[in-house]
Amino acid sequence: MNVLLDNFALFREGFLGTISLTATSAVLALVLGVVIAGFRVSPVPPLRAFGAAWVTLLRNTPLVLLFLIAFFIVPMVLFPGMSTYLLGVLALGFYTSAFVCEAVRSGINTVAVGQAEAARSLGMTFGQTLSLIVLPQATRTVVAPMSSIMIALTKNSAIAGAFSVTELFGVQKDLSDMGYNIMVVFMWVALAYLVITFTISGLFRLLERRLEVAR
Amino acid sequence: MSSVLYDVPGPKARARNRTLSIVGVAGLVGLIVWAFFRIESTGQLAPEMWEIFQYEGVSDRIVEGVIATLQAFVLAGVLSLLLGAALAVARLSDHLPVRWLATAFIELFRAVPLLITIFVIWQGFLTTEPMWALVLGLTFYNGAVQAEVLRAGILAVPRGQVEAAYAIGMRKSQVMLTIQIPQAVRAMLPTVVSQLVVTLKDTSLGYIIVYEELLFVGRQLAANYVINDDYPYVVVILVVGTIYVAMCMVLAWLAKWIEARGRRAKTGIKVAKAEPDVEADDALHTK
Repeated sequence: MNVLLDNFALFREGFLGTISLTATSAVLALVLGVVIAGFRVSPVPPLRAFGAAWVTLLRNTPLVLLFLIAFFIVPMVLFPGMSTYLLGVLALGFYTSAFVCEAVRSGINTVAVGQAEAARSLGMTFGQTLSLIVLPQATRTVVAPMSSIMIALTKNSAIAGAFSVTELFGVQKDLSDMGYNIMVVFMWVALAYLVITFTISGLFRLLERRLEVAR
Repeated sequence: MSSVLYDVPGPKARARNRTLSIVGVAGLVGLIVWAFFRIESTGQLAPEMWEIFQYEGVSDRIVEGVIATLQAFVLAGVLSLLLGAALAVARLSDHLPVRWLATAFIELFRAVPLLITIFVIWQGFLTTEPMWALVLGLTFYNGAVQAEVLRAGILAVPRGQVEAAYAIGMRKSQVMLTIQIPQAVRAMLPTVVSQLVVTLKDTSLGYIIVYEELLFVGRQLAANYVINDDYPYVVVILVVGTIYVAMCMVLAWLAKWIEARGRRAKTGIKVAKAEPDVEADDALHTK
């Protein structure tokens, strides 16, 4: 009896669930992370403090706790009956945004000082300097750490499965409840994760090569 | 204070920054107050809800939860360091099969989500011992990560150290144990402690395999008391969450302290950076 072929629909659903959960929260994390990184280097002190507090708090919070907050408190604040998928994306996206922010900020620090100085002496404002000069150049150094952050996000998305979002961990749980051999299921689920993480690191390596410049 | 990214603010820019600050702070406070009243309106923050923490049973349970969390953390931390050291040495071994096995182990457990590892150990082998399932899962995953950290440290020890040790007649194991590992551990200590913070955070995965750690205890407490026809989820999550964040921050602070100490000492090898700074540091503002 082949576990994979017998339950192919379940596996496919879980596989696609993991991919879509990862992709959506990655977008949220990237947007939030870049904005917060901008806050952390901005000339306005309260924004800097806010960015620092955001990163410190989210990096020191267990993801499971964030999921509990998302599932018990967020529906109370926004509106009751939000979908579990959306809540999962919020928890994963917020958690990952702190790591994205730190990667972007260290990328900003690696851009040669002369670049920003030249931009300023042309009369550019902070917003222009950051968005037109510094961030595009920081992208290159940020790609490598971003790859490992995205792989970590893929693996963290398994926790969403425990909170009844459809994805691969849910498949593992359902099939072992149905009495299949747990190690065989584990092998297939692990393989599915390997496929996703290898694809991500491959894509990022491609991106890195595209962005490479001869110095 | 100045930064490369913006000019020293003049009178006009200062006024603008001030306005922006006030608007930003007001907006944030407004958001918090709005969220507070939304939660308040459900009765979750009523004074009666907070009173559950005065029951002796409740505070005892929370203390038990903290102890269970710390127990799993200490066991997993120690075991993962031992496993990490063994794997790091094995991966640098001269014997191909040993090297190959260690590499396979490290790559497998780093690639699979920790939750799935823990779940499989729990369901497959240790159904009645969730604590050991959690500890073993954490040990395998963090051991693999620590092995890579230590390996990087061992490779960073200057070649001259190893050559000198061989030159005075030390054996291979002596060189590794008395020359390479002590220096590697010292150099990598900040990163190792940062990874321990991750281990501490990940003990919360015990929640999912019904190990009675802090989060699970909190959830159970909230489900056991009915106050004003409702469960006190919000107050319990607030209290338990604060305890967690405090524990992690103490450990993260320790990593930074060790790094600062290491920078003071003069040795041949560079001390690794702890996780990037979390304070609003002035890296950009010093130039």
